Formats: sequence, structure tokens, C-alpha cells
Amino acid sequence: MHFEYHVEGGNFSQAGFTSSQVKKTLKQLNVDGDVIRRTVIALYEAEVNIVAHAYKGKIAVDIDPEKISILLDDEGPGIPDIQKAMEVGYSTATPQVREMGFGAGMGLSNMKNNSDRLDIDSVVGKGTRVMIINYFNPTR
Amino acid sequence: MFHKIHPDMNLAELVEKLNLSIFSGKEALSKPVTGGYTSDLLSDVMGHAGPGQVWITLQTHKNVVAIASLKELSAIILVKGYKPDDEMLSQSIAERIPVLGTTLETFEITGRVFMLLNRDNSD
Repeated sequence: MHFEYHVEGGNFSQAGFTSSQVKKTLKQLNVDGDVIRRTVIALYEAEVNIVAHAYKGKIAVDIDPEKISILLDDEGPGIPDIQKAMEVGYSTATPQVREMGFGAGMGLSNMKNNSDRLDIDSVVGKGTRVMIINYFNPTR
Repeated sequence: MFHKIHPDMNLAELVEKLNLSIFSGKEALSKPVTGGYTSDLLSDVMGHAGPGQVWITLQTHKNVVAIASLKELSAIILVKGYKPDDEMLSQSIAERIPVLGTTLETFEITGRVFMLLNRDNSD
């Protein structure tokens, strides 16, 4: 199964739409509840990052019998120092975004803790690609 | 995280005992309450709140409902007399996540919810 979604930078009123759609699909497929919960957390954070930091982005979701693979590809400022960005508490979010309760510097660690595989590639001035993979059989 | 939860606790009882106002979701008050989570940082709630918990916060925008729905929280309690904005209100109706309110401050309402949910614990 393959799905694609578009995310608009700055549009917080749509943030979480893709996560909600993916959650519904995984429930329909009877995927293990814990895998759904982890996937939703990782995907929501990645989705919000596009809204908070990028101009626009595309989310491609592929589901096969073993796993869900999510590729988030954005056009945006990119991340100069990914290692730094992974640190809990580090954030470059604007004051307005922080006032909403986002931008606490927990998003990337939530993504890391809730994905079996997480790859982040970024080119400053161009954009960021994030790949999240979760396996349906947790013992794998 | 609560270790023992009163088995019969639902939102309606919480509303009555704590004198909460109801901004939306009157028809969904039979939902059980499994615990509570107090935070104004959305990623903290996203990462750590559990299904069936009530979320105590001062955030009054739509994204709060999106997170509550994704996390399958039972309800949102706004503190200090805060009111949901229009988008939050309509989203909460669509997602069937009740938005409740109190004039108490975060510390006090959290303590009362905790005491109520743990009322049968003698320790």
C-alpha cells in the first residue's frame, strides 16, 4: 500500500492530519497497538517539524506485510547540525511556535525512541529528508 | 502514573466532584478515566501520556485536540478559567474529546484529580 500526503509549512491547523490518517489505516489493518502508538508519535513529530520549520513537504507512506516505511521530504532551511538537533531541549523554533507548546526540543528524541529505524539527511538551504521504519512484529 | 485507579471513575463523576465546566463533549462523559497527565509541552504529552488519561493544560488551541485524539486521551481540562479558542472547540466536537474547565491553578486541579483517582488507596 502506498499513500502520499502534502504538508504546508506554517499551517498548524492541519498539523497531525497525516498522522491521523495513518493511524486509521494501521488500525484497519489490525496492526499491534503498541506499534501503532509508536508510529503515531514518531510520525506526528516529523509532521509537525515540517509545519514548524519548512516551506512545504511531502510524506510518502508504504505499508507491506512486515513494516511501515515513512519518507518525509521537505523544502526548507535544512538542519546544520543534526547531532545537536537530536539533543533533548535543543530547538530553533520561533517564539510563537514555542508559545503554542511546540518547540521544546523533544521532537527528535520522541522520533528516535519510537522508531525501529530513523534516518535523517539534510542539506542546509534546501531541505530535510526523514525516513522512519517500524516493523509490525516487534520481536524481529 | 497512578498505580491504582478507582474502577468506576468516568468523566461525568470527575466533572461533578471537581465542579468542572463543560465547553464541549457533554455526550461523551461516560468515557472512563484511567489517570491524568499535566503538561503544557505538546511533545511531552505526545511522548508520555497514556490512553484514557485526562490532560491538564493551559494550551487553548486546536493542536491540543489533535494530540488528545491521536493519544486517545479521555478529555482535556483547561486551568485558571482559560477557554478553548473557536477552532479548538469545533475540533473537540468533531473528535469527541470533551474540553472541560476549572478556575483552579494547575497545581491544585492536578492534586485534586490525583486524590480523586486514588481515593481508595490507604497508603
